[in-house]
Amino acid sequence: MPADTGRRRISAVPRIVGRRLLLLAPITLVVTVGVFWLASLSPLDPLDAYMSGQSAALTDEQRGELRRTLGLDRSWWSAWWDWLRATLGGDLGRSMSYRQSVSTVIGDRLPWTLVLSVSGLVLALIISVCLGLWAALAPGSLADRAIGVLATVLAAVPPFVLGMGVIAVFALGLGLFPTGGLTDPGEGVAAGSLLRHLALPTVVFALSQVPWLILGLRETVIRTLSEDAVLFARLRGIPRRTIVVGHVLPVAAPPFIALTATRLPELIAGSVIVEAVFAWPGIGAAMVQAAQRLDLDLLCFLTVASTAAVLLCTLLADVLYVLLDPRVDTDV
Amino acid sequence: MSDRTAVTDQARRPRPRRIGLWCALAVLIGLVLYAFAVPLFVDHDTRIVDYTIAGVAPSADHPLGTDPAGRDLFIRVALGLRLSLTIALIVAVASTVLGTAVGVIAGFVGGAVDQVLMRTSDTVNALPHLILSLVIVAMFRGSVPAIIVALVLSHWVTTARIIRAQTLSMRNSEVIASAWLSGMGRGQIIRHHLVPAALGQALISVLLLVPHAVWHESTFSFLGIGLPPHEPSLGTLLSDAEGGLLLGQWWLLVFPGGALIAAVLAVGVAGRALTARITGAEVRWPRNVARKPGPSGPG
Repeated sequence: MPADTGRRRISAVPRIVGRRLLLLAPITLVVTVGVFWLASLSPLDPLDAYMSGQSAALTDEQRGELRRTLGLDRSWWSAWWDWLRATLGGDLGRSMSYRQSVSTVIGDRLPWTLVLSVSGLVLALIISVCLGLWAALAPGSLADRAIGVLATVLAAVPPFVLGMGVIAVFALGLGLFPTGGLTDPGEGVAAGSLLRHLALPTVVFALSQVPWLILGLRETVIRTLSEDAVLFARLRGIPRRTIVVGHVLPVAAPPFIALTATRLPELIAGSVIVEAVFAWPGIGAAMVQAAQRLDLDLLCFLTVASTAAVLLCTLLADVLYVLLDPRVDTDV
Repeated sequence: MSDRTAVTDQARRPRPRRIGLWCALAVLIGLVLYAFAVPLFVDHDTRIVDYTIAGVAPSADHPLGTDPAGRDLFIRVALGLRLSLTIALIVAVASTVLGTAVGVIAGFVGGAVDQVLMRTSDTVNALPHLILSLVIVAMFRGSVPAIIVALVLSHWVTTARIIRAQTLSMRNSEVIASAWLSGMGRGQIIRHHLVPAALGQALISVLLLVPHAVWHESTFSFLGIGLPPHEPSLGTLLSDAEGGLLLGQWWLLVFPGGALIAAVLAVGVAGRALTARITGAEVRWPRNVARKPGPSGPG
């Protein structure tokens, strides 16, 4: 490998980033148009959702008034245009269902979503690295097969079923943990209580991500083990531990990191489900409520934000991959 | 690496691998029979509620217990399984048809068409599909066609890519060359050579997509934006379990959840066994990768 390769790879990064960012703007724009257009086709009446199904009690006059106040009397494209201008100007609009500004809803909830998803991801990585390596270093062994069965079964259990099962056993049955929420009722946020409330959602979150990570790591490690370099290292009499730590892991790590990054979109989806099951006051729960109540300002912003977040995550994955793995073509 | 060398692994007799497949098929057939036969023999109106028998534990009268509205769970799980499997099958077939069409056209026509189709599929693939289908389903709440459309739109991409790669590799083969020479047109070549060649992959794709679709549909219904609560699907049944658990009604979780997991597992295992047969590649939990002689490349 010539010495300047590393520098050339780093210099390729701005090009990749630039090209992707050019793509990111039109895609998110199309997503916003799509959300407003779909909302206009929807048979559901946002006014009815706003009044929690009580809008029949209003007179026609009151309804017209309310429609004007809420901005529901515009055509969908002018609603979209107003929304887009306001959003680009920094005003995210008002959430009808929370009766707060969208930025307040997001600001209140984003930290809790980050706490949950980061702790879930860390736990998932710990579990999958341990089990994946264990399985890969003894392929065909009892442990390998048991881990394989575990991963297959875990992949078949939807997170919300797993979540309810965990609640039934550990919260309701054994009473070890609370069933959900951020704190106990009527209590401020405190570290100890937060940890107790965080435990079950984190475990469910992690377990729902683990199967693919284990499988991916196992395959990469096994493939690396069968490479000539490893064979040669064995011929030279290098101890197995040194081979695994010094030869196999550095080669197997970049694909695993890239795999983890490609799973990041699933984390957003996973947080929606886990937060709904555990009544965790995060973005995912807000997303569900916005969808249930047809809260257009909030729904649209969350959709766009999660789309952008996903696109940025895949971009991050590609950049990491190019930087870490010299075998990858920089022309992605 | 010292003891578990290639030699000992090769010397080991091949294990019988069919047990998993047969179990999966038996479970699957059992579930399908249960789901489609039970509703034929019982007269059940999903809207009738009877609060005098609400939340009854499993007993002789109600083998799986009753739900919070006093409806028999044995019947409702069958109905839910039937609806969920039907929706999933429609989604899987429709996504596969769309994906196969896109893949064959992109691979065969090439050029600008290929570029447009593949960029589109890249874009769809890059989007958070649970979130976007959540939005679509929410806008048309309770509508089965909306669920199907939302899932099909987000699940055709993988099939399209696989089939495109296969079509590309066939495009320059002698079969296609002689088809051109014999005067076949584009449409004929697509119909008579490329689509039949893609059918194996398409079948695999259907089987692998079914569990995915069951999973998504039940998630939507569980979140309260899919099917209406009285319409039994596995998801709506499971959303009853959330409240039921607090009252100690474990059967509301165990039976619908068990049916869901069993169906997903059975279809998944059968799908992977079929993939191994059709492509010759080991897609199941691979036991013998290390045994391959030399580095075979990333494949």
